[in-house]
Amino acid sequence: MDSATTAPADRAMSRSQSRPLWRRMPTRTLLYHLLVGGLGILMLYPILWLFASSFKGAAEIWTNVRSLIPQDFTLANYTNGWRGFGGITFATFYANSFFYAGVATLLTVLASAVVAYGFARINFVGRRIWFACMLATLMLPVQVQIIPQYIIFSELGWINTFYPLLLPRIGGQAFFIFMIMQFIRGIPKDLDEAAEMDGCGKGGIFFRIILPQIVPALITAAIFSFYWTWEDFLTPLIYLNDPKLYTVSLALRSFADPSGQTDWGAIFAMSSLSLVPVFVIFVAFQRFLVEGISTTGLKG
Amino acid sequence: MSNALPAPAAPASATAKAPTRPRKRGGARRTDNLMGYLFIAPWLVAFLAFTLIPIVASFVLAFTNYDVLNPSWSWVGLQNFERMFTRDPRYIKSLQATFFYAFTAIPLRLAFALAVAMLLNTHRRGVSTYRAAYYAPSIVGGSVAVAVMWREIFGADGLINAILGTDITWLGNPNTAIWTLIVLAVWQFGSPMLIFLAGLKQIPREFYEAAAIDGAHGGQQFWHITLPLLTPIIFFNLVMQLISGFMVFTQAFIITGGAPLDTTLFYALYLYQRAFVSLQMGYASAMAWVLLAIVAVMTALVFRSSSYWVFYGSQEEN
Repeated sequence: MDSATTAPADRAMSRSQSRPLWRRMPTRTLLYHLLVGGLGILMLYPILWLFASSFKGAAEIWTNVRSLIPQDFTLANYTNGWRGFGGITFATFYANSFFYAGVATLLTVLASAVVAYGFARINFVGRRIWFACMLATLMLPVQVQIIPQYIIFSELGWINTFYPLLLPRIGGQAFFIFMIMQFIRGIPKDLDEAAEMDGCGKGGIFFRIILPQIVPALITAAIFSFYWTWEDFLTPLIYLNDPKLYTVSLALRSFADPSGQTDWGAIFAMSSLSLVPVFVIFVAFQRFLVEGISTTGLKG
Repeated sequence: MSNALPAPAAPASATAKAPTRPRKRGGARRTDNLMGYLFIAPWLVAFLAFTLIPIVASFVLAFTNYDVLNPSWSWVGLQNFERMFTRDPRYIKSLQATFFYAFTAIPLRLAFALAVAMLLNTHRRGVSTYRAAYYAPSIVGGSVAVAVMWREIFGADGLINAILGTDITWLGNPNTAIWTLIVLAVWQFGSPMLIFLAGLKQIPREFYEAAAIDGAHGGQQFWHITLPLLTPIIFFNLVMQLISGFMVFTQAFIITGGAPLDTTLFYALYLYQRAFVSLQMGYASAMAWVLLAIVAVMTALVFRSSSYWVFYGSQEEN
């Protein structure tokens, strides 16, 4: 269809071959931005609504529902919400969440890197079987493990401690091990071999050659691990019953209990606040996230 | 630690590696059991302690009436399974809700993910901003905050009723409640979208150019080039979504709590109630094994069917 129209000018022909016709038309571009941009705003609208509502006064929160601009802007929701409940402020919940997410992420990423190197670069008896076991755990519903885990941890007297939340992380996480393995496989083996000739052992190769090169993968793993732990709800729900130990997720659930609390402004404020760390990391490390998901298919 | 290791390894590696050409690196690989197990030890220990032993224990529990509060438990054989399917109407309700959710939310989510990925597969200005905007809901999607937000959006005085000018109790109506959760799931299409996007970028431009010369228009190009070449990625996304779709918990727990009339009593939610509210851990373990069986069968079906619809091109290295 293009060949007929491009006959008069060589220049036009070469352009039309490299780029389809519709891409050169400005009205198409305009329509594209209207459609995709409009849809994008629609996607973000609920989140923007949550943030906007958190700045609305009690009088307008359910009367001026649709607007994203508060009529009288107030920070009172945040100061009211921060007081928390039962005499425990959100400062405690944030400290708990940062502790849980921070330690869990550190453990997960370090262990995943070490294990990934073992699976990716060392040949040992039983490697295939263990690797298959690890991949199988990706598909395993947590429900099959949590009941006996709960029984064991409660027998040990570890209910209302962070041990049941943190100890299972010492082995890394199958998702990240797999992702880091893919990354290590991309590193030329010549480097390992050269180091081995120079008398470097497996440990030396890992720390001096592999580790510096997989930093981007480790950052991606750290971000996802932080997200998943920050948003984790089921594990804290099962093991933490003392409000002093509540993570932000657990606290929000109690705080926003529809049968009790009616300070909706405060609920919106604390909900918004709990998303801030997630979005800050998202904006700062967007590149790592997109690459991480695209190359390994991590769930978000 | 790393300083102590090189000495014994050096002579062996020198003899093993010297004759190897860079191209044939796979052939003459030494085994190094000690170092191998040392490196995977963290995973192995955690796997045995926190996965394998609990799985075995869970399997045993499934045939008991174990109850944390009641130390005298006994074997009940297949009674838990029999009770599930014959004497527990709530269990049947939870199966119905979970299958309905999985079979509507997953195809819709994947369809949206693919449609948006195709829209974003261009080199226009601002595409990376759009990509971030479309992905943003997915990174916060599993959080309690978003679940609380969703509950208020669909509340009686919420955003949806305000926009539509209606007065519908979305969360209280058995016909609409599950759809609020499905819409929430579809809204979070970010991860499969990014995976589709990566797949779309792999399709060589020449295919489309050749098709255009032959007079194939947009729709034909989609059906005969894009879709067949994306089938491996659709397959991957389908498997991943299937597994997570059957285990959805937090959203239902916060937004509907299983109500109304158990129409949103998802499997994981009912299992939680049985295990940690009623403390019937034997029964809940049996439920967990049925869940495992369901997920395994569904995944196996997708794998089995893949030879009929997944197209692997000549570039298999990818």
